[in-house]
Amino acid sequence: MVDYSGTPLVELRDISIAFGGVQAVDRVSLDLYPGEVVGLLGHNGAGKSTLIKCLSGAYTRDSGEILIDGQPADIRSPADARHHNIETIYQTLALADNLDAPANLFLGRELTTKLGLVDDARMESETRKIMARLNPNFRKINEPVSALSGGQRQSVAIARAVYFNARILIMDEPTAALGVHETKMVADLIEELKSQGLGIFLISHDTREMMDLCDRVSVMKNGQLIGTERVEDVTEDDILSMIILGKNPRAAA
Amino acid sequence: MTDATSAPKAAPQRKGLAALEVDTRLLGMIGAFVLICLAFHFASDGRFITPRNLFNLTIQTASVAIMATGMVFVIVMRHIDLSVGSVLATCSAVMAMMQTAVVPEWFGLGLDHPAIAPLAILAGLVTGALIGAFHGWLIGYLAIPAFIVTLGGLLIWRNVAWYLTSGQTIGPLNETFQLFGGINGTLGETWSWIVGALAAAAAVWSLISARRNKISHEMPVKPLWAEAALALVVVAGILGFVALLNAYTVPWRVLEREFAARGAVMPEGYSEGYGLPISVVLVIAVAIVMTVIARRTRFGRYIFATGGNPDAAELSGIDTRMLTVKVFALLGVLCALAAVVASARLTNHSNDIGILDELRVIAAAVIGGTALKGGIGTIYGAIIGALIMQSLQSGMAMVGVDAPLQNIVVGSVLVFAVFVDILYRKRTGARD
Ligand SMILES: Nc1ncnc2c1ncn2[C@@H]1O[C@H](COP(=O)(O)OP(=O)(O)OP(=O)(O)O)[C@@H](O)[C@H]1O
Ligand SMILES: [Mg+2]
Repeated sequence: MVDYSGTPLVELRDISIAFGGVQAVDRVSLDLYPGEVVGLLGHNGAGKSTLIKCLSGAYTRDSGEILIDGQPADIRSPADARHHNIETIYQTLALADNLDAPANLFLGRELTTKLGLVDDARMESETRKIMARLNPNFRKINEPVSALSGGQRQSVAIARAVYFNARILIMDEPTAALGVHETKMVADLIEELKSQGLGIFLISHDTREMMDLCDRVSVMKNGQLIGTERVEDVTEDDILSMIILGKNPRAAA
Repeated sequence: MTDATSAPKAAPQRKGLAALEVDTRLLGMIGAFVLICLAFHFASDGRFITPRNLFNLTIQTASVAIMATGMVFVIVMRHIDLSVGSVLATCSAVMAMMQTAVVPEWFGLGLDHPAIAPLAILAGLVTGALIGAFHGWLIGYLAIPAFIVTLGGLLIWRNVAWYLTSGQTIGPLNETFQLFGGINGTLGETWSWIVGALAAAAAVWSLISARRNKISHEMPVKPLWAEAALALVVVAGILGFVALLNAYTVPWRVLEREFAARGAVMPEGYSEGYGLPISVVLVIAVAIVMTVIARRTRFGRYIFATGGNPDAAELSGIDTRMLTVKVFALLGVLCALAAVVASARLTNHSNDIGILDELRVIAAAVIGGTALKGGIGTIYGAIIGALIMQSLQSGMAMVGVDAPLQNIVVGSVLVFAVFVDILYRKRTGARD
């Protein structure tokens, strides 16, 4: 069970960001505890990806605060987020199609030899090791990732997030392109990482899956947070009505 | 039944030619180059494949080849540089003025001071780096398209060069400086053999160490015979190249004058080969350094990653704007090096130096397999591309094709080469 007594791993306070006239995220506050999975739900364009991109450094928030371990964290770039051990699997996967799996896995953090040159052989053997664990069927180590299937690309993106000992993991629709078997593997992986004490933000449109994997779920609509509930306290129908109506039935009751 | 169908389906190790794992694209380009040479050889009654002509071909290619290696990085990053010919001219003008006015007169060192050539070259390299970095800053930080920035640069730097020299031809250039021009500076036979032997040893060593590294990480390696065959071809290629350039002998009269100047008499039957031109050694050095940058450094890895997917590169924490500045600055430095080679070969700086070079350089990179949509390109490809362009041009001149028709042919070859490249990529199954 998640221990809610200590300091949260992540606190997002009143995060807002606008693009031109569109208020993509409007004063949203969320928190995440060690060993917890928090799910983000909402219709297309609700602002889920934009919100987590403020945490991953892809966007800089217009206002609001981010706290890591209770300390204010000034995250303005992906590099800043990495310094705080935040790893992200983006919805778009963010892979360089022309490079192979090891080059993508280590992009921005290449292993180097004593001379400071990139050590492709070592990166390849590390990639083989992590892939053997995550996706034993993965064979195309030396091909550009453009030659991989959607699911294989996804496993490269997942491997990248898992390899570097993240403390905070952001997964934006990680199972969107996966088959039944691979989806099960990701679910197992989430359980395993959770038991190691990682905090995970998970985005998905599959309400059933979210009820199984998450400890709490937050629903967004039009950039605003509708509510955050523990999964034990709500039914799938409650969540669906929050997504569709944009009202929290429990708050109204 | 043919052999192919009776072969086992899933061989653990690739057999025959496939075991060599050589780059078929590289083979194709070398094949095309050899075909062009043979065609001109027959069309010119045996004048094309001679030590003298091939020597000239290499020194004429040098300056475009140097710039083409840098253009590969720029195109891989999804940019373009139309200003290289003009930047070359500005660097050349700066160096010419350093040699004839700044160092001898303003510094008061006189025209024959040994510091002239190094100071001039340094000034040229700094100029190239600054111009390139400035272009890169406009493109990376102000987000002005590279096409526009360098189109402006094409006009600006050509005429900055004109103002620097008041439109005059400046020459003759310093004697030490002229050593970089080709025939005025060669290593001679003995040194050429030494350099060739060192290069061969280095090539073999790098093959061995790559194999060791793979074995140490328990990765599959080629069979030993394939590795040995590859090493043999590489060594034969290097030494053959040296032998060829050594076979081009210095004219008898020039040698006699040299002996006379030393107060000696030339022995009967004495002869001497030119050997490797310093400019060609420079091209080879640039090619090696640029290949190492492309394949073995983070800088190179980031260039290719950004070209493949700029968003992914940025989300991975790569500073793509600074990378743009660095890539254009690097091309600027290479333009300056090319300016050294080009002006030294002409023995003076003239206003029209480097005119149309931007097109030759882009064509060399593209013929060499660099994809304009970014992410793909090789250094060796660009150099062979430059050689192919130059051999077409000199070959046609040799067999007496009119100048307008020469350009029509070169233009058609460019388009055709890109078409063949597209077919090749489709056949080998690369998705893009
Ligand atoms: N870079 C951007 N520039 C302009 N508008 C943007 C940008 N990114 C997101 N938006 C807008 O912000 C809003 C929220 O988008 P976001 O991608 O966060 O939605 P989402 O909840 O992740 O949706 P989905 O479920 O479809 O992934 C949308 O209206 C979108 O058009
Ligand atoms: Mg999204």
